[in-house]
Amino acid sequence: MTQAQTKLVRVVTAGSVDDGKSTLIGRILHDSQALMSDQVDALSNARFSRAEEGDLDLSFVTDGLESEREQGITIDVAYRYFATPQTSFIVIDAPGHEQYTRNMVTGASNADVAIVLVDASRLHQGALKVQTRRHATIAHLLGLKVVFAVNKMDLVNWSQKVFLEVEESLKRLSRSLGITNAAIVPINARSGDNVVSKSPAASWYDGSSLLDILQSQGEGTDLSELPFRFSIQRVVRVDGHTIEAQRGYAGRIASGQIAIGDEVFVGPHRRPTKIVRIETYDQSLDRAEAGQSVTLYTEDEVDAARGDLLTRGEANYAKRVTADLCWLDDQVWDPRRRYIVQQGTSSILSRIENVLHIRDMRDLSEVRGDQALKLNDIALVQLQTQTPILADLFQDNPKTGAFILIDPDTNQTAAAGMIRGVA
Amino acid sequence: MTFFSRLLHLDRLESEAIYILREAAAQSRNPALLFSGGKDSAVLLHLALKAFRPEKLPFPLLHVDTGHNFEGVTQFRDETAARLGERLVVAHVEESIQRGTVRLASPTASRNAAQAVTLLEAIETHGFDLLLGGARRDEDKARAKERVFSHRDAFGAWNPKSQRPELWDLYNGRLQTGENFRVFPLSNWTELDIWTYIEREKIALPSLYFAHVRPVVRDGDYWRPVTPVTPAAEGQLVENRLVRFRTVGDMTCTCPIESNAADVSAIIAETRLSTLSERGATRMDDKVNEAAMERRKREGYF
Repeated sequence: MTQAQTKLVRVVTAGSVDDGKSTLIGRILHDSQALMSDQVDALSNARFSRAEEGDLDLSFVTDGLESEREQGITIDVAYRYFATPQTSFIVIDAPGHEQYTRNMVTGASNADVAIVLVDASRLHQGALKVQTRRHATIAHLLGLKVVFAVNKMDLVNWSQKVFLEVEESLKRLSRSLGITNAAIVPINARSGDNVVSKSPAASWYDGSSLLDILQSQGEGTDLSELPFRFSIQRVVRVDGHTIEAQRGYAGRIASGQIAIGDEVFVGPHRRPTKIVRIETYDQSLDRAEAGQSVTLYTEDEVDAARGDLLTRGEANYAKRVTADLCWLDDQVWDPRRRYIVQQGTSSILSRIENVLHIRDMRDLSEVRGDQALKLNDIALVQLQTQTPILADLFQDNPKTGAFILIDPDTNQTAAAGMIRGVA
Repeated sequence: MTFFSRLLHLDRLESEAIYILREAAAQSRNPALLFSGGKDSAVLLHLALKAFRPEKLPFPLLHVDTGHNFEGVTQFRDETAARLGERLVVAHVEESIQRGTVRLASPTASRNAAQAVTLLEAIETHGFDLLLGGARRDEDKARAKERVFSHRDAFGAWNPKSQRPELWDLYNGRLQTGENFRVFPLSNWTELDIWTYIEREKIALPSLYFAHVRPVVRDGDYWRPVTPVTPAAEGQLVENRLVRFRTVGDMTCTCPIESNAADVSAIIAETRLSTLSERGATRMDDKVNEAAMERRKREGYF
């Protein structure tokens, strides 16, 4: 097992309907030998296949639902797993239809990199589709790296002129969103050109294949280097007869590191205590770091419960924050309503006090005013919470800067939120 | 800006599963863990111990028993629960047949699909509002579409066309009365991950996962096991072959593969080289039609 050396890259597809997202994922898996022979056989016998005789409809690798195959579209996210010698991949195929944007947001929130596809043959004077802009915006807001893939290059005879036009539009889009150094790759997902290996079809293209670009993604920031954040999932009570502390706090370390003897603060009141034991099921540890599920024991009774946070270092709590929201509920926002903020393991009532602006996806301009928030809107809002919440900014710490809003009447997840500032 | 943790592959999967198990227990009133004695549920149970010991598990184990089990599996199930001192609830398809809620075409017909009926009856009888299962997204194209917290309506049905959004690792486990969740802590594990974890953690399994000699008959691409409920047809050649099971399910639809892998490390080596998917190589119930799993899940299957 080479697991010690492999890094994990989670990739989501994005872009408009029929730009070839599912076909691309199928192609990557097929050409990386990640499909089993019975799965390939199943493709060649599939009902509703749109492939020509003797060919495979690779979109069916991830479009696994009956209604997806029948309609030839992706409805919900599919997760596939494969590994190259250097990298272990989770590929997440997301739908392109505006109607299913919330499923794309679901996929994007679990990814590190977004491949935003553009159909080279369907651009008019370089004009990108609204969904392309929407998906690039969502990927960027969620902190993903963006890679653009200009697909269906065969339909424009691998014309460098067409590619340069699209590239110019994508650079403009990147500039307006603040995306820097995004790779732009000309591909043909159906035939596999420039997908896994470089194609002679585009002799003028001197960049890498798409898969190589995904594999060479820098690793970014090590979560264990950020301030310590620990959201309590469960209080463990041990019936014992030793004099050691008997209440433990079980959870997963969101960021940072913790060692025995470290001073931590409990919740917004910043009550200090010391860590005396760090335990897992079968081990006592001296220290632990981001990603590990552990049980922490403190020096004294701190009266902490599920939902409370243990922190080290700078930790701002606030009752008013500004946040980007992706509205995911069919029901529009009701200004009179309260919504539950779920952040880590805590649930706190909140109210959206102000909609600062909503993004217009046609030109990405920020529309001011307090319009109703409706399905698929992306807005910057001012949120007031009943008690103070940890106000880590999403761009500094995505593990704690993210939250969801839940409608307490319907229990639906109404919005995905990212803290951008303290209001 | 992207972020990463330094955990190794299996450590990351393990920690994620523990986190999901704790969220499931904390956000539900009356959960249960589906435990059949199969390898995925054995891994899930092991992770549950890691999530909740030194306390007792905050849920009972639940098995939907078709009555058509391979030798040693129910014994393994019962012994495991007893060894751990955890409560085991067994819901029998046979009882649903007695009640008349399951009707079979013939007495020896497959009881695999009937499991959904018995499962839903168990949910109602015991008032379970959340079931933890060992299903993995890499098993099947319908499962590849499923959320970690999979919402089921009052009929137990999965609606793949309107699943709840699931953002980051913030699981919304809120329910209306009568609804329930199926929660899958092993969603992101592959078959190879399961076996390498079984090796690392020395997790015990029923013996039929390892190479053994068994009477089988050739049935298309499969070696179909010869059992009391699946006897050889008249004139069929019964052969004694060295085989092992890659999945363990109902006797009427689960087939072994030819293999001489007698221990976990040999199975790992074989899994790495396999050109057939786990269910494709072993499960006749998925071959009925292309969307077999999706349809079963819509009816309340896990």
